[in-house]
Amino acid sequence: MRAPLWRRVALNAAGVGVFLVSAFPVFWMISTAFKPNGEIFSSTPHPLPEHPTLRHFGSVVDGSVAGVSFWSYFANSAAVAIATVVISGLLALLAATAVARFRFRFRTTFLVLLLVVQMVPCEALVIPLFIDLKRMEMLNSLVGLIAVYVGFALPFGVWMLRGFVAAVPKELEEAAALDGAGPLRIFFRVLLPLVAPGLVATSVFSFITAWNEFLFAYTFLKDQDKATLPIMLQFFFGRSGNDWGPIMAASTLLTLPVIAFFLLVQRRMVSGLVAGAVKG
Amino acid sequence: MLDTAQPVRRTPGRDTTRPARRRRRPRSGPYLLILPALVVIGVLLIWPVVQIGRMSFEKVGVRQLRGEPAENVGLANYRQILGDGFFWTTFRHTVLFAVVAVAATLLVGTLVGLLINRLGTKMSAFVAGGVLVAWATPPITAAIIFSWLFGTTGGLVNWFLDALPDALVGSGWANYNWFGTPLPTYTVLTICVVWMSFPFVAVSVLAGLRTVPRELYEAARVDGSSAWQSFWGITFPLLRPIFGVLLVLSVIWDFRVFTQLFVMSGLANRDAFNLSLYGYSEAFGSLNARYGLGSAIAVVLTLIVLLVTAMYARMVIRQEGTS
Repeated sequence: MRAPLWRRVALNAAGVGVFLVSAFPVFWMISTAFKPNGEIFSSTPHPLPEHPTLRHFGSVVDGSVAGVSFWSYFANSAAVAIATVVISGLLALLAATAVARFRFRFRTTFLVLLLVVQMVPCEALVIPLFIDLKRMEMLNSLVGLIAVYVGFALPFGVWMLRGFVAAVPKELEEAAALDGAGPLRIFFRVLLPLVAPGLVATSVFSFITAWNEFLFAYTFLKDQDKATLPIMLQFFFGRSGNDWGPIMAASTLLTLPVIAFFLLVQRRMVSGLVAGAVKG
Repeated sequence: MLDTAQPVRRTPGRDTTRPARRRRRPRSGPYLLILPALVVIGVLLIWPVVQIGRMSFEKVGVRQLRGEPAENVGLANYRQILGDGFFWTTFRHTVLFAVVAVAATLLVGTLVGLLINRLGTKMSAFVAGGVLVAWATPPITAAIIFSWLFGTTGGLVNWFLDALPDALVGSGWANYNWFGTPLPTYTVLTICVVWMSFPFVAVSVLAGLRTVPRELYEAARVDGSSAWQSFWGITFPLLRPIFGVLLVLSVIWDFRVFTQLFVMSGLANRDAFNLSLYGYSEAFGSLNARYGLGSAIAVVLTLIVLLVTAMYARMVIRQEGTS
């Protein structure tokens, strides 16, 4: 039974409306980044730049606004995010294997703990973590920041990966065990390749978390040459709140990798996030 | 594009609760596997919680950073904040914002989820693509983009409101400052946060809708019920667990909103503080750091959030059985 024509037209029009509202702010960011200053502050704004320019991107990349080159922030952000992904991914996989494959005492306790610690507001933890890192003289260091990010990425990583580990048929591991493979060999040769897609999804998630994080980076890192991209953005914005060209160019450079990654794994993110909420 | 056939869902939790006879690794195995994660969580998440609890009863300042012992002041920090009208202003901002933003997020998200579910294949992929762009935008970028959209000079929203007939929206929008007083600031914050958060709701609702058997709706239509009736009679009861989880997660996220408000309004604008900004500002906002007072505010925030979390945990455990 097909819906009447007017209803299909109305639904599609609503769909287009939703698309426009959702995508417009990001479109406007990119469009502003390419506009010369005259067009940015024009009294009749145009959707697209009339005379597109790369000047704003240039001033972001060569560091003439922040004093430090974009690539320095970029390298710091990438280093922090990659270290977070590798460390938290490894630890999460081990723990996820335990909860998905074994029944043991405190298993439920551990799962509830994972849920609860995810909810503790990081805004509350910033004070004690700041004091601890200060006392350990790790305040202005990327290592301290990575440690904190691993802590925040880990509970969700375990929670998400356990579903992927549980999805691997046990029979495969049992067959490998019958053939005489040890636990380590089973882990690396049987489990790891099969869990890889889940590991990729979880990794992208923790990458984005670390890449986007602002509060801890802002509080812990005081030197511009140690700072990550969100700090660069805040620095631009705080110092020259009206210089929208470079600010939007910097925002674009921060955002596009995230959107690209996101589109890559969105299916698995959704399935991981609502796992348990939807009955199978 | 938004195919939500889920690898995870195919594995009922029951699988993992099979009897232990299949275990072939040593008994210490699972404990060794979770040990590294437990240590990290303990040191980086649980220990700091203990510390804010303790510090909220102490006077902690810059000197204590150098190792001087902190003075125990009993309930003085709590007495000070709870007796201060300003604390209650920030508390009111926090709660009102959470109520409005959560309601709007759930409403918009659900409507968009229902809409995408009724569109054709190509159109739903197209709309979902746009929705994902909003979802993927980092909070800090979103805050900055909305500051620009609502900018005093050159901002698109002011230009648009000014171009509309005065009879509709009033006049004087040309150089309107959205970030001068709390109400407009929170209006922009709400729009920004709803824009960022509705995609998660929409996508979760959509994933749930795909599990509802079509026959139910067809039967309802044969019986002559309207779309409104089938939503409340079929969709809502079946998706109730999803709505529960979404409600609690949204409350938790919106209660602790920090980055967006920090970027839009900043530490200088005390009038627009919410709880998390207030606590942060006591600890880091001035040279005279008051970590103890900041901790007491953080404890209040944490207690509220954990209370909501407790409800959430109960809900999830009930749904998953023991898994």
